[in-house]
Amino acid sequence: MKYSLLLEIAQKLMLARLKQTLVAAVGVTFSITMFVALLGFMNGLNLMLDGLVLNRTPHIRFYNEIKPNPNQPIDGSDTYKSYHNIIRSIKPNNVRKSIYNSAAMIETLQNDERVLGVAPKVSTQVFYNIGNIDITGSINGIDVDAENALFTFDDYVTVGNTGDLKNTNNSIILGKGAADRMLAQIGDVIQATTAQGNSVQLKVVGYYQSGLGELDNVQSYTSLETAQKILGEPSSFITDIQVKLKALELAPSMASDYGDLFEIKADDIQTVNAQFETGTEIRNLISYAVGITLLIVSGFGIYNILNMMIYEKMDTIAILKATGFSGRDVNIIFILIALIIGIVGGAVGLILGYLAGLGIDHLPFETEALPTITTFPVDFNPRYYIIGGVFSLLTTYMAGYFPAKKASSVDPVEIIRGK
Amino acid sequence: MKERLVLEAQKINKYFFNPVETQVLKDITFTINRGEFVSVMGKSGCGKSTLLYILSTMDTSYQGRLLIDDSPVTGKSSSFLSRIRNEKIGFVFQFHYLLAEFSVLENVMIPGLKLGKIGRKELEYKAMEKLRIFGMEDHALKKANQLSGGQKQRVAIARALINDPLIIMGDEPSGNLDKKNSDIVFEIFKELASTFNQTLLIVTHDPEFAAGTDRIIEMEDGRIISQ
Repeated sequence: MKYSLLLEIAQKLMLARLKQTLVAAVGVTFSITMFVALLGFMNGLNLMLDGLVLNRTPHIRFYNEIKPNPNQPIDGSDTYKSYHNIIRSIKPNNVRKSIYNSAAMIETLQNDERVLGVAPKVSTQVFYNIGNIDITGSINGIDVDAENALFTFDDYVTVGNTGDLKNTNNSIILGKGAADRMLAQIGDVIQATTAQGNSVQLKVVGYYQSGLGELDNVQSYTSLETAQKILGEPSSFITDIQVKLKALELAPSMASDYGDLFEIKADDIQTVNAQFETGTEIRNLISYAVGITLLIVSGFGIYNILNMMIYEKMDTIAILKATGFSGRDVNIIFILIALIIGIVGGAVGLILGYLAGLGIDHLPFETEALPTITTFPVDFNPRYYIIGGVFSLLTTYMAGYFPAKKASSVDPVEIIRGK
Repeated sequence: MKERLVLEAQKINKYFFNPVETQVLKDITFTINRGEFVSVMGKSGCGKSTLLYILSTMDTSYQGRLLIDDSPVTGKSSSFLSRIRNEKIGFVFQFHYLLAEFSVLENVMIPGLKLGKIGRKELEYKAMEKLRIFGMEDHALKKANQLSGGQKQRVAIARALINDPLIIMGDEPSGNLDKKNSDIVFEIFKELASTFNQTLLIVTHDPEFAAGTDRIIEMEDGRIISQ
């Protein structure tokens, strides 16, 4: 009863100054719209750019690293053991590229419940032979099903079907850049030479385009079996084990644990791609800063309008107090005005922001580098709507707080006697 | 049987400090009984309005003791005083102070809605009754600023009556009106006092007005010189 009366009075006061109230509400609406649309757009781009690299990158990658043996003979010598020995020009010893006992490792990893999936890979350097010119490239033999499931491989195959890698013997999906250089059409047979000197003929069944030009110029994909055959190795020959985890954050600790256990080099995604995280964070920070600045500016608008309203409505405040409304009641009336402006302006802003997001989402955005993207990416994460809503209430409340406090402390005697 | 006291002022002193310390009220002591029609007379600046605002509980910076309806109100919290004003005191000011945003009926109802003792429908009926006393029922749905000065003041009196207050206080209620309207207002007060046995305390500088009341409290230089 009591609050409904205060609400009624607040309503009447706003209707009496409809234009100003609307201007204040439009200020909130505009800032919330911009906030939501901006953050959605910004983060859509962020997710897309991160996805370009992060989706394609295993969370942990196991491989044999080519490096000098850390145990040099001089360290074993009794005479020089306690010395600080410096040896220059050490050469790495001949490590085999294939991972020893890979089948057992894969089984162990697959049984770990933190692991989402494991994809073995054979990677090797080749020369693509075009007439009498050789172009360097690399061929990855992959387990097509695992690669599709874990790294959305088929998203990046723009022409052709990934299934053909399994179904057709000696087939290859060429990087788009490499294919353009070789003028290779689908169904053509290309010739490649391995580093060991084996020459093979491979049938082109598709093009691969990741959006990273450097990669597309050299990278090509075959099935595991085809790659092993090119190299003349048995089916146990695996050079990389790629692991995708259920939680990305576990990667560094698991990488070092398993690296020690298997006595093998293990790279985690955070170490390899640290710069992406940083970039994302900074872009987010900037968009939040812009959004919150907009909201604060609209808060000042509300503050001004409420202040003006209080000066205009001094008589009303005085008579309300004279007839038995307490300072608290008057305070609540003005806080209500501010909050109503905030709620209405904010709600309309959220809707318009969503519509703006939809609009941006439909704008065409086609670029050679990003084959999977046809329109601007927008992230419709409810988080931005919640933050926007909460902030619109918070700033309008803050904007209403001081004027309301002033109104509640109006001395009715002063006003009435002043007439 | 001793009459019940509506209002009792005991040794009320008040000072203004701006620009220099001056005593505006000096040992004001008096009582008002139920059903009395009292007027406070005095020249401009003698402190009569200041006294009224102290009696109305709106001004709390004074020395002395004030009792309304036999209970002390001096030094109480501002929300308590708001409640007292709402429930027990009706005001009529020199200026009408109607809320321009509301209709006449709503203006009369607002203090009643604030008190919240009776439902909205019932209150609306009651407000119409009060307006009828002053012949204002036809204007109930007009906005306050569509009325003439005399009509506004009549609505303001109806508003003062809505919660059936213990006492009605008026600060020069006819001060802004012409002779005819001021007579109407005076007649209304007279009728309230005689017919409804309403207690009234009216501040005025008009001797003619004061002459028509039951009791005149005369003030000069912050003192009561006769009552």
